[in-house]
Amino acid sequence: MRTRHLPYLLILPALAYLLFFIGYPLLEALYLAFTKNGTFSLETVRRATSDPMFWKALKYTLAFAAVIVPLQLVLALILALAVNRAFRGKDLAIYVLVIPLTISDVAAGLIWYTMLSDHGFMNKLLMNLGIISEPIHFFGYQYRNMEFLAIVIAELWRATAIVFVIILAGLQMISREYLEAAEVFGAGYWTRLRRIVIPMLKPSIQSALIIRTLFAMQVFGVVWILAGRDIPVLAGEGFYQLTEIKDYGVASIYALTIALLSIVLGALYVKFLKAEYLEVRQ
Amino acid sequence: MNDKTKFMLKKIAFYAFIFTVVAWIVIPIIVSTLYAFSSKLDYYDPEKVVPTNFTTAWVKTILFTLGAWDGIKNSVVVALLTIAISFSLGIPAGYAVARFAFRGKDTIKLSIVALRMFPIPVMAIPLVVLYIRLNLIDTLLGVALAHTAMALPFVVLITSSIFGSVEKELEEAAMVFGLTRLGAFLKITLPLALPGLAAAAMFTFVMSWNEVFVASILTLHNRTLPAQILSIVAGASGGAAPAYYKFAAAFIMTLPAMMFVFFARRYLVTMWGITLR
Repeated sequence: MRTRHLPYLLILPALAYLLFFIGYPLLEALYLAFTKNGTFSLETVRRATSDPMFWKALKYTLAFAAVIVPLQLVLALILALAVNRAFRGKDLAIYVLVIPLTISDVAAGLIWYTMLSDHGFMNKLLMNLGIISEPIHFFGYQYRNMEFLAIVIAELWRATAIVFVIILAGLQMISREYLEAAEVFGAGYWTRLRRIVIPMLKPSIQSALIIRTLFAMQVFGVVWILAGRDIPVLAGEGFYQLTEIKDYGVASIYALTIALLSIVLGALYVKFLKAEYLEVRQ
Repeated sequence: MNDKTKFMLKKIAFYAFIFTVVAWIVIPIIVSTLYAFSSKLDYYDPEKVVPTNFTTAWVKTILFTLGAWDGIKNSVVVALLTIAISFSLGIPAGYAVARFAFRGKDTIKLSIVALRMFPIPVMAIPLVVLYIRLNLIDTLLGVALAHTAMALPFVVLITSSIFGSVEKELEEAAMVFGLTRLGAFLKITLPLALPGLAAAAMFTFVMSWNEVFVASILTLHNRTLPAQILSIVAGASGGAAPAYYKFAAAFIMTLPAMMFVFFARRYLVTMWGITLR
């Protein structure tokens, strides 16, 4: 009798904690965003969306995800396939490739500022090699496109590692037997990759894509360090509204927009990739 | 012979590729470390790509004048609190998932994963309102409570897979010999699971150490290191501090993370593989 209830009792505290810290904020955010003086009102929504910064932030957040996530997936896939075989220095290479996993977005932003600033390493190196005569300017409002590029570089450097690790773990779960059987029947490397490895990696690719896209919706530290509000993103504008303007309602709308985007994109990935997976298996 | 040259060329191309990627990861870390200790003259000298004169002035200023040292202390306290709270809630749940078959198990597991996907800003912004009411605003406990919400799903999943890897028979044998379930857990399973739990704890530490959004919003005076650094180097409009302070800050933030990878590297791939599939 007691054993029947035991697992629930053991799980309950953790679940209750999570539900409180996720459920309560969600309700509070909806309350802050959609009420005024205790009654339902779209006043705050209007205030948020009439600010051009809102639409810019939305645009840039989606643009970053659209540029960074596919690049990371391709890069991580190539790296994982390359590393998933025996070669000298394999352990060291994997070790180095996962280092960025533990480097925060703020630190990554600062590191790439060091590399790309006017007197930074890249500019000095290229000038001393005679490749350029003037430093390439990456930072400042008038160089916003270069700031965008710098953020993409920093995010690629920092966050490809997580995609790489997920895909590598997925690769290691693929049974050797499938590949060997295919080889016996004369399938070349590309055929094996296309017909066996990629289809079997679909679940890993799916989790990697979901995780990276969700984090891309919340991108903040790197952008705030390298570009400030030159390039607005949703999380950054929410932060700004809360800490500088003290407008809790508008800040909540930014947060809810991030949540909405995350849910929609997550659902799309699950639907889209699952369907394709089944199709390939048939 | 032709085949052999082709093979060699392929091998060289492969190693060149690996080397390029490794260099692309490592060089920025080395460069930012060197620049963190570079003298002002060397930094502004256009001829000097690699500085040769070093000073600890910037790191010292960031640490002791601009408050990064207090930030480090706060970060450590927050991270330890996060580990304590998330493990005391997460270990029982992880154990239950690993050891018992019960109705709704998959649903519960799935909802825990789903909660992990919840965007941090959505959690953090309304928490400010709650924390003001509860007098938790600008406290380290408040940040740790929020970080726990972030880390707990991870702790449940990873501890369940760690406990799952300890054989059930050992525990059952101990219970046959008169130990209670709790006793068997404490004397048998927990010690065997300890290395894995230590790795999970280290990972929780790094998660909390790196988190900046929640920490920046919930605190003003008692800031963790990333929040402190963010307010030092980037004002509301960005780019407030001189460049060499940024280099020093990068160095201070990166060092502990690198040490973590060194100690926990054996577990990294398995941990993420298990967590995310």
